[in-house]
Amino acid sequence: MPRKQIHLAAHFPGVNNTTVWSDPAAGSHIEFSSFAHFARTAERAKFDFLFLAEGLRLREQNGLIYDLDVVGRPDTFTILAALAAVTDRLGLTGTINSTFNEPYEVARQFASLDHLSAGRAGWNVVTSWDAFTGENFRRGGFLPQEKRYDRAREFLAATRELFDSWRGDEVVADKEQGTFLADPDAGRFGVHSEQFDIEGRFSVPRSPQGRPVILQAGDSEEGREFAAADADAIFTRHGTLEAGRVFYSDVKGRLARYGRGHGELKIMPATTFVLGDTEADAHEKAHLIRSQQVSGQTAIKFAEQLWNRDLSDRDPDGPLPEEDPVVGENTIAKGRASVRMYRDPVAIANEWRALAEAKKLSLRQVVIETTSRQNFIGTPATVAATMDEFVQTDACDGFVLVPHITPGGLDDFADTVVPLLQERGSFRTEYTGTTLREHLSLRPLRG
Amino acid sequence: MATADFHLAVALDGTGWHPTSWREPEARPRDLFAAGYWADLVAEAERGLLDLVTIEDTLGLQSDDPRQVGGRLDAVLVAARVAPLTRHVGIVPTQVVTHTEPFHASKAIATLDYVSTGRAGVRVRVSHCPDEAALFGRRTVAAGLLDDTDPAALAELFDEAADYVEVLRRLWDSWEDDAEIRDAATGRFVDREKLHYIDFHGAQFSVRGPSITPRPPQGQPVVAALAHRDVAFRLVGRSADLGFVTPRDAADAADLLGTIRTEQEAAGRGGETVHVFGDVVVFLDASAAAAAERKERLDGLLGHEYRSDAHVFVGTPAELADLALEWRAAGLSGLRLRPGALPHDLEQITRGLVPELQRRGAFRTGYEADTLRGLLGLSRPANRYAVLEHPETPGSAPAARRTASQHTH
Repeated sequence: MPRKQIHLAAHFPGVNNTTVWSDPAAGSHIEFSSFAHFARTAERAKFDFLFLAEGLRLREQNGLIYDLDVVGRPDTFTILAALAAVTDRLGLTGTINSTFNEPYEVARQFASLDHLSAGRAGWNVVTSWDAFTGENFRRGGFLPQEKRYDRAREFLAATRELFDSWRGDEVVADKEQGTFLADPDAGRFGVHSEQFDIEGRFSVPRSPQGRPVILQAGDSEEGREFAAADADAIFTRHGTLEAGRVFYSDVKGRLARYGRGHGELKIMPATTFVLGDTEADAHEKAHLIRSQQVSGQTAIKFAEQLWNRDLSDRDPDGPLPEEDPVVGENTIAKGRASVRMYRDPVAIANEWRALAEAKKLSLRQVVIETTSRQNFIGTPATVAATMDEFVQTDACDGFVLVPHITPGGLDDFADTVVPLLQERGSFRTEYTGTTLREHLSLRPLRG
Repeated sequence: MATADFHLAVALDGTGWHPTSWREPEARPRDLFAAGYWADLVAEAERGLLDLVTIEDTLGLQSDDPRQVGGRLDAVLVAARVAPLTRHVGIVPTQVVTHTEPFHASKAIATLDYVSTGRAGVRVRVSHCPDEAALFGRRTVAAGLLDDTDPAALAELFDEAADYVEVLRRLWDSWEDDAEIRDAATGRFVDREKLHYIDFHGAQFSVRGPSITPRPPQGQPVVAALAHRDVAFRLVGRSADLGFVTPRDAADAADLLGTIRTEQEAAGRGGETVHVFGDVVVFLDASAAAAAERKERLDGLLGHEYRSDAHVFVGTPAELADLALEWRAAGLSGLRLRPGALPHDLEQITRGLVPELQRRGAFRTGYEADTLRGLLGLSRPANRYAVLEHPETPGSAPAARRTASQHTH
């Protein structure tokens, strides 16, 4: 039986504290040269795809723009189209929000990107409901939280209708006969659902992949079901072998209900890594990086997000707050998806206190312990072996690597770990296909 | 390196502006949806030292006639795809402003400016067509827009376009150039005093800001609009850096220019540079007879004579140079040429018209700037939200200055 193949993606360092901008090696987060460098490294290493996150409003905390992390990023579609000019095979994927966009325009942009990249486009579908982000858009903030997956599902179905409104054989451009379109009604569509009432003719002929590859992030029940029904790959946070296997079998087990095969949804946890010449060296580096990622000020901000109150007068090297978190709507931090994870802030605060007590940790040390531990730390050999074990034992199908330095944070991995994965027979040595669907071993779509 | 004050743009659309151009032997209609086609055209424009290319776009399908080109790619993405492959030529995609989000468009054009290192512009286009409204399903279009009997509804659409441009511009300025500080001592990546809420409130949308994308290399990418009528002349006068008009002849060009200058004055922009280019559809060959014969052949396939909103020129590059200089004398600062057929008429421009204008001392012999604003002789504008470090007169800083921190307290 052939060895199970690892799928690898590269996450362009984002606007959160994982990205260390203060490092001397850190370059621009906005110049095109940084994006080009990162994409070329990923392509040189034969990665499946590059991934870009997106947030449509600058984050705020305590009513002020959050200034401790990288701030500012490009438009997702535009930067991916430009990256198609400096790469040939690498998949080009990004987050596009289904709440603050309309299906016709998003379908048009993804179909265009897929044409312009010769079949390398992918879409991470996210939903939001917050009025905070809505203040930048015509619609404003409006969507009840429980409706967001409904809208996402309807949105995705609407774009699918649009993508499929061309079969792929309509453009004949017969100069002799004077027939450009074989089907005079090509692109005709109509979507009449709870959220959308649109009709007409879609203006982009069928693209090389037919539709972009669909990615989905989210570990919630609704998120898993959404992925099982509609996604080609799912990003997760499960960092350990055991948690990974449980998640893997749960999500893969849902596919059959939608008539989908085991291989049709790839499971790829977001993964941080630190490489060293020796194990000790790697752990020392990892420790240093964690302290760069969580400064005293950052630690206070993290504690404020959990406690949902102003803690600016606290000492990060002192104890955790004695008072309990403010329960209810998180009002301290805006535009940040991670605060939604604190479903039971009092319980989490108690866990933090227990940890502080047991290990004699300061506030900052607790934040480092609980939020910033890297997934894979070691020599290239041990990291390659561990990653391979995760894949071979069905804890995942691959990884979305999240380097902490822009733009060179992937270079060492490409140079040292990838060749070892290739030696193990677990990762491609050359691209065998041209489209992202082919890289992900997904069946071609029928027109 | 000689520079000249006359500018040339080429309007790229499909296989050319003549509806049967796709049937020409040289035409590449099957490549229209591949990046290489657009890369070749823009490279040719750059070889010809042109100021800029525009890329046409509509939301819906161009034509219901299966004998004409149907289907096109998003113009902003085509622009981004070709930008890294060129060094000098300006790239100005069309952005429909009626149904789309100004916040998305602002960061898209800012990003185009980054990936082209300062060569981005945007041509804003109003959509008044019910078919396009139905693609978005968010609002209906007044029936009187189609048969042109509802001037109030038309004025509303153009007011919305002006609002849209205002939001684009405010968002481009919502980051000061030195907002990113990377101050290790205080742990701050940005100086939030240099990020600005724009707090725009209009009839169709409100936008809070700031942009998620830092101020683009040119500060303000070039904003262009095509104008045929009063509401559009007003839009150019109020909002644009570059207007495209469609004169019948030199005298008409002078009239149209006067109208735009009047609107510019009325908008309080009399002191600013607003370029006005004349649009011309061109069929060019070494002899006037060859050009006429080719145009006739294309018309024959069409079944009737091709007509356009713009003047249709059929002749030699030298004759077109005569027209260019006449229109320049009438006050226009450039032409936007619409090639009848691609790549033929583009190559006639870059290899025929350009050398002819250079011989007459009327066109650059090398690129004199690296940015589109630079090619158009526009300086990099000051940021509307920035306060001068050393104001010439005390108290001259904008009174209504808002910073992120001040606003939220």
